[in-house]
Parts: sequence; structure tokens; C-alpha cells
Amino acid sequence: MTGLVVLIPIALALGLAGLAAFFWAARSGQFEDLDGAALRILIEDDDPIP
Amino acid sequence: MNVAAGFDESTRLATSTFTVDGLRCAACIAKLESGLPQISGVVSARVNFTSKRVRIDHAANLADEDLLSAIGRLGFQAQLFVGESDAATNSESRRLMTALAVAGFAAMNVMLLSVSIWSGAGGSTRTLFHWLSAAIALPAIAYAGRPFFSNAWSALRHGRTNMDVPISIGVTLTAAMSLYETVIGGPHAYFDGAVMLLFFLLAGRFLDSAMRARAADGVAALMRRVPSDVLVRLPDGATQRRLAAELAPGMRMMVAAGERIGADGVVEAGHSSVDCSLVTGESVAVAVDIGDTVLAGTINLNGPLTIRVTAAGDATMVADIARLMENATQGKGRYVCIADRASRLYAPAVHSLAVLSLVGWLIAGTGLHQAMTVAVAVLIITCPCALGLAVPIAQVVAAGALMRAGILLKDGSALERLAAADTILLDKTGTVTLGRVEPLAGVPVDPFERGVLLSLARASRHPLSVAIAERLEREGAVSVDLIDCREESGLGVSARLGAQIVRFGRPDWVGAPAIGDGETVAAFRIGGGAPQVMTFGDAMRPDAAAAVARLQRQGFAPRLLSGDSARVVDTISDALGIAGGARMAPADKYRVIDEFAAEGRKVLMVGDGLNDGPAMKRAFVAMAPASGTDVSQLAADLVFFGDRLMPVPVAIAAARRTMRVVRQNFALAIGYNILAVPLAIAGQVTPLIAALAMSGSSLIVVANALRLRGAAK
Repeated sequence: MTGLVVLIPIALALGLAGLAAFFWAARSGQFEDLDGAALRILIEDDDPIP
Repeated sequence: MNVAAGFDESTRLATSTFTVDGLRCAACIAKLESGLPQISGVVSARVNFTSKRVRIDHAANLADEDLLSAIGRLGFQAQLFVGESDAATNSESRRLMTALAVAGFAAMNVMLLSVSIWSGAGGSTRTLFHWLSAAIALPAIAYAGRPFFSNAWSALRHGRTNMDVPISIGVTLTAAMSLYETVIGGPHAYFDGAVMLLFFLLAGRFLDSAMRARAADGVAALMRRVPSDVLVRLPDGATQRRLAAELAPGMRMMVAAGERIGADGVVEAGHSSVDCSLVTGESVAVAVDIGDTVLAGTINLNGPLTIRVTAAGDATMVADIARLMENATQGKGRYVCIADRASRLYAPAVHSLAVLSLVGWLIAGTGLHQAMTVAVAVLIITCPCALGLAVPIAQVVAAGALMRAGILLKDGSALERLAAADTILLDKTGTVTLGRVEPLAGVPVDPFERGVLLSLARASRHPLSVAIAERLEREGAVSVDLIDCREESGLGVSARLGAQIVRFGRPDWVGAPAIGDGETVAAFRIGGGAPQVMTFGDAMRPDAAAAVARLQRQGFAPRLLSGDSARVVDTISDALGIAGGARMAPADKYRVIDEFAAEGRKVLMVGDGLNDGPAMKRAFVAMAPASGTDVSQLAADLVFFGDRLMPVPVAIAAARRTMRVVRQNFALAIGYNILAVPLAIAGQVTPLIAALAMSGSSLIVVANALRLRGAAK
């Protein structure tokens, strides 16, 4: 029983963190172009690393 | 901003969105995003690969036409994105998505607690977990259920009922019942069922709104193409800005280069060229001189023009077409989607079932509490999560497959209507044919000659030269260096190749026997060699015959409609083996569709021209090639890219498969209800069974719809 007192809040907090992360991602437009995001890693940046 | 105010026009930013054809890989994205900002005036470009669009932030004085040609130079075909700004539908989608996320979060966490209860937690632990579930579920239901509650409320207030009423009642009753169970320390609370239900329903709604976001109000977008104000020259020579609606025939308006023309009229002074793509679909500019007629909504490209207005405001050709299209939309009536028809039957059935089981158990002598539990279980088990997902998930998957095949869906219900179409009418120019000048015969085959011809053709902007150059480039010809390349207006292009003179142009100028009318024939000659005569014309789309054959196999008898002469139409319709109607004015096409509709037939109209617009709006469902006029694309439910006609049968096949899957999904969802409802009425449904049945049926429906991923074949 005592374990639950710790574990349940942790589970809820992690869930809420995930929810907050999703809201942030949705608001900053990260779900607008899912197919494009998969391809963009293949684009080579020509700028050399400073 | 620390820029001087005088540079206002070039520092003010505007955003344009284009639909791009030929986006295939990461290299295409990189090419556009790095290539476009190198053009002066373009600030940034961002490709959306999913919707095949590129959004360009640019200086306000850079015209859309310049951007189009810049995209063309990078090797892509693009069209200005003509849909409405989708801000309103977007915010609806966004609201549904946040609600969906909250419901998903709550469902996961409540389920975590429920699993412990199902696996045997009892006594005070169970009560504690029920309280925790309530603490998560009740706020989540209050937040995520709002789309349903508000819809249900507005329906009830008007004395109607819809799908949202049983959903709202079911969810609210379930939550209230579970809260009561929690308070008295009872064994069964349905919090998990209630939030999971919301989650699946919201998923369906979200997909549905994503589909509807594609629909756009075409008529309003068409009229926006006409500028709202024009520069008028008064009789005393002064100029004044006036609203386009205030113009009257006889007034003189001044149109600067790059401006859209605000009214129909006749050119009185100046010469320029006009982009008529709005009206004709032809992107090559048309030269205009004094005495020529120009139409409202077209763009004056080169020099300033003074135009005497002949028709303004509602009397312009564009307004005429817009009005016809509007009438057609009203005449068609609202199409009732299959999902709406299902829900009309659904709500009363569910309510009576729940009330009947409540009454039945009361009569059987159980207490109110037991009877209520059963009634709530009936409501929750019949709640239409699989039903709500059945249609949108299938349509979304099919729309994605079609988009990958170069067919854009503009209206969510288009697939449904396309699957029901039983008659096909095809426009000729630009639909069955390419609608542009193409070399038909006589193109040289020798690689060296082809190289010389390519260099010559590139030196001129004449449509025949452009057509030859495009064809040779496409077929991989390598140009040969020429010296002293010179275009003689109206005759052709000549150049020196070593000691020889090479020429490409009018047959008599090149030295070939004159045949034809000279408009569609050109000759090419190297030095004293034999002249080679090439003929040009509007070529059929390369796969037109195959596409028509496939349409016939699908059970259609396509008919050709054209404004051209009978001779031209007969050549094409004979080659394709279909019936054709020649010399049809826009109103004739409209009437033909009217007659078919009166017979109860569902017409698919495929067209590309301004004159097809009203007919396409009148038709049950319409398709347009992306190369067509803006009007046709606004009127169409589906737009297809590329030079092929095959997208028409492909879209029909995909639509039919989609509807087959939708019907299967309905059968699955209803079958699940038939199995589960007796259990619920018998009082045998525990929260565990409810959760399994609900998620199981939804997953089956989704999995079935995913089979449509390869539907566009």
C-alpha cells in the first residue's frame, strides 16, 4: 500500500508530462507535415559546422 | 523595423501557397527550399510534403506569376492554391485534437487503475482506485466531451436529435452512475468505459474534420479573383480609384502591368499581353492590342493598358459563370452522407432499447439501482465508437492513397459520390487531350539534327518552338552550339552551324512546300538538306485510350462533350470508340447534365475549361486536371495532376473499394452491437467486458480500413 502512495503520483505526473509535450508539439506545428518530416533527415545541409 | 518607409512595397511581406506537382523525395524538398530564397524578394519557402504544397513568404510586390515561373525553372509544375484560407476548419481540427489528447491521456491512466481492480484489488484499495479514476475521468470528460455536449444541446434546443444526443446522455449517465457506485463503495465503476468511448469517438470526429478541411467554397474564391477597385480615368483626364462595382459601361480604366483587370472591356490604348489562365486554362500569355477584348479577372502582364469598360460588376463574364455555378450548387441539394443516414436511424433505436431494458428490469422486480446499471450498460455498449470511425477512417486512408497517386480530394464526400456515379461525361480540349500545342509528327530522329533543332527552338518563345524544345528536352536531346542565333518575327529562327545556315520556322520561309494553314506546321532545315516538316496539334493524353477502355470495363459508357466542330470531335471519339457531342455551348453542357439528372442518373463530369464550370457544379461529382482553369478546379471535387487520363478510372476504382470497406465496417460495427447488446440487456456486462468489446470493435474497423492504403491502382 505504501508503495502506491509514491507510484501513483509518479505515474500520473509522467502521463501529464506526456500530455504537455504533445500540446507543445501540436501547437508548434510538428504534426502538419508527417511525410515531409520523415524525408527531411536525408537533406544535406551545405553549411559546414562552425 | 528600421527600414525607411519609402521601401514599403518591397519590405511588406506576403504569403502565397502553391500546389506543386512532382514532389517525390527529399531532394525535391531541398531543391525548392534552397532554390526559391535565391530569387530576390523571396524570404523563405517551406514545403509541406504531405499536402504537396509550398508556402512562400515573399515581398508583396512579387507577383504570384513570377513565383510560378520560378518554381517552373526549378523543374516543378505548380498551381496557385485556390482553396479558401482554411483557418476556420483548422481551428476546429485543433480543438478536436486537444480533446482527443486529453481523452487519450485519461483513458490510459484510468485503464491502469482499472486493470488492478479487474485483477483482484478489493476492499479499500478498490475504493481508493475508484476515487482516483473519478478524479482523472470527471475533468477529462468535462473537457473532452464538450464537442459532443454542445452539438447535442443545440440539436435538442431545436427539437431535433442527432448522433451526439445518445453519446452525451450515455457518457453523462455513465459518469454519474460510476460516481454513485464509488461513493457507496460498489464493485463496478465504468469510468474507463466512458473516457475510452470519448477517445474513440473523438478519433472519428478528428479524421472526419481533417477530411472536410479539404472542401473549399469555390464560388467565393472565384469572385475574389476580380480586383475590388480599379483606376478610372475621368473625362477631364484626371484619374481616380473607384470600386469595381461602381464601374459602368463606357468608362475608361487604366490597368498597370502586373495588375488584374477589374471589368470586361475593349483595349483603347497600349499593347501588352494578358494571362488568361483563369478563363482559358492556357498559361501562355495572349498578346492584346488596340481593339481586342479583355475579361475581368485576367492579368495584364507587360505594359499599361487603357480599357473602355463594356461590362462591369455582375455583368462580367466571370460573374456570369460564378452565378451559374451558384445556381447549380443550390439545385444539387445537400447530399446526405452515408454516416448521417446511419445516425438518423441510430439515435432513436438506442434510446428506446435503453428505456426498454430499464422498464423491463423494473417490471421483473429488481430495484431501481440494478435497473439503472443495466440501462447504462446498454447505452455504453451501443455507443457508436466503431460506427463513428467506420466512414472517416476509410476515407482518410483512401484519400492518402489517392494523394500519393497525384489525385487530390477537395471534398470529403467526393469518394462516396464518385462511387455512386453511373454516367461519365468528358470534356474534349484539355481533358481527353492535353489542351496545349504538341508536335504530332515529323520530329527528326537523328540525334545530331535533334540537337540543332533544340538549340534553335530554345531561341524563341513562339508556342511551336516552346513545344518542340519541351518535347526534345523531355526525350533527352543534347543541344548543339550554334552561332549568330536570330529570330525573325513571324518567320522563324535561323543560325549558323559552321558554314551552313540552319533554320526552323514557317515552311515557305525555310523552303518547304507550304501545306496546311501555317499555324500548326513548321519546318526545319540544315543548310541545303531536305526540309523536314513538322505538324502540331492538341495531342490526346498518352493513355486516353487505355483510360477510356478501363472506364468501359468499369461499366461506363463515357460520352465526349465539346465546343469544337463535329469533324474534330469525331476524330477523337472514333479513336476512343465512344459517343461524342460537338458544338456545345456552356449552357448546352449544363442542359445535358440536367437531362441526365432528371432521369435519375448520377453524372461524373470531367472538365477543365471555364465553360465547363457550371456543368461541373451541376454534375453529381466532378473531376478536373490540375492544368485546367481555376474555375474548373474550384468546381471540381477531385483534381488530378500530370499528363495522364488514367487518374479518372483509378479514382473511381478507389472510391468503389472505399465504399466497399465502409459497408464492411458498418457490418462489423453492427454485428458487434448485435452480439453485445443481448449481454448488456441481460445484465452480464462488467466494465471489463465493455472495455474489451469497445476497443476490439474499433481496432477491427481501423485495421479493415488500412487495407485501402494501396487502393489507388
